[in-house]
Amino acid sequence: MSIWEYANPKRFMQSSARVLPWVTGLAALALLGGLAWGFFLTPDDYRQGSTVKIIYLHVPSAMLAINGWGMMLVASLIWLIRRHHVSALAARAAAPVGMTMTLIALFTGAIWGQPMWGTWWEWDPRLTSFLILFLFYLGYIALWEAIDNPDTAADLTSVLCLVGSVFAVLSRYAVNFWNQGLHQGASLSVDAQENVADVFWYPLLTCIAGFVLLFVALVLIRTRTEIRARRLQALEARERMA
Amino acid sequence: MIALLLRDLRLAVRAGGGFGLGLAFFLIVTVLVPFGVGPEGGTLARIAPGILWVGALLACLLSLDRIFALDFEDGSLDLLATAPIPLEAVVTMKAAAHWLTTGLPLVIAAPLFGVLLHLPGAGFFWLTVSLALGTPALSVIGTFGAALTVGLKRGGLLLSLLVLPLYVPTLIFGAETVRRGTAGLETGPPLLLLAGITAASVALLPFASAAAIRVNLR
Repeated sequence: MSIWEYANPKRFMQSSARVLPWVTGLAALALLGGLAWGFFLTPDDYRQGSTVKIIYLHVPSAMLAINGWGMMLVASLIWLIRRHHVSALAARAAAPVGMTMTLIALFTGAIWGQPMWGTWWEWDPRLTSFLILFLFYLGYIALWEAIDNPDTAADLTSVLCLVGSVFAVLSRYAVNFWNQGLHQGASLSVDAQENVADVFWYPLLTCIAGFVLLFVALVLIRTRTEIRARRLQALEARERMA
Repeated sequence: MIALLLRDLRLAVRAGGGFGLGLAFFLIVTVLVPFGVGPEGGTLARIAPGILWVGALLACLLSLDRIFALDFEDGSLDLLATAPIPLEAVVTMKAAAHWLTTGLPLVIAAPLFGVLLHLPGAGFFWLTVSLALGTPALSVIGTFGAALTVGLKRGGLLLSLLVLPLYVPTLIFGAETVRRGTAGLETGPPLLLLAGITAASVALLPFASAAAIRVNLR
């Protein structure tokens, strides 16, 4: 029994059907609980007022925007090395979810930035690199859509994902070099001196867990849809042959 | 390999393969900018480094889809793929030909366009140096984009969508070099980083491009 058995589409469909209701339920629970906790049961920050509460949306979505790309990178590698179709389809399924997370992070950041920084947009390294990440997502999805043959599309997008990852990291440090930041540094590191206070920290953790579960649930649903669409294509092709 | 390079150069020059087209495009971008932002010398001088770099980048982009398209259509790409030299070398030569026909003219002409945009005197040297170091990276990255989209009917627009985000680091360091050079600051770090990007792209990206072409020829 190895992990690769789940690469079999049939096994994947069976096990994901069993897991999906749990993941979805837990995601809803954690998100509703975490957001309600964060919005109604935590005090306002003494300087930022109630605007601080947007971190319950902003931070988890930003984390998943980056980690979503990381997941696509791993899935692409698995596809290129071991040729498991489920992996390629999962990468395809994750891209729009990751792109949406990037958009959520950008928009919530803008909404927070207007009262706090006095501007909707600033060419700050973090903001800029997120915009660039969004462009990478856009290009990746566009390439998937443009190619008819599914295997060719999977191969080419995987290569693009690998090269894009390198350039995305490169861009991140390049924009750091290019402009000094307005965005605050990390405030969630395990060992950092200056972290958010515990009263914000626990609801935030709950929200992050909720977003991760939501991401997993959405990717599972989308992957299942992709597998079904692929089966449908195969059936139609067989019909035409007969 | 040399024969392939010469063939591509000859095709580009003789068959109206866009040789000089990029240059003309660069000129037009440079001419359009003052219409857009107004003719004051001060403003133009301040934005000149960025405009010249963005213009060069767009001019590079313009001729990318021709790198493989013609060879793909008439089947010579299949022959090249089965030739005794590795596909990686073919791709590198294609990129070199693209640079010689698009990048190099841009490098040579850029100072002239700098005059149009009131680029301060100190900037000319750094503009030429940074373009000379940076445009090979643009060609190599663009070749990768062209390799990805070679089999597509309407690859042109998609190609720019794929390639432009990859151009970001090159553009940042290139324009930063000129900006610092113009202001009389130290240009070492951005120039070295730019050279690093070019060296790494030239060394590694041909493998990705060749892999993409193999998939597209399958």
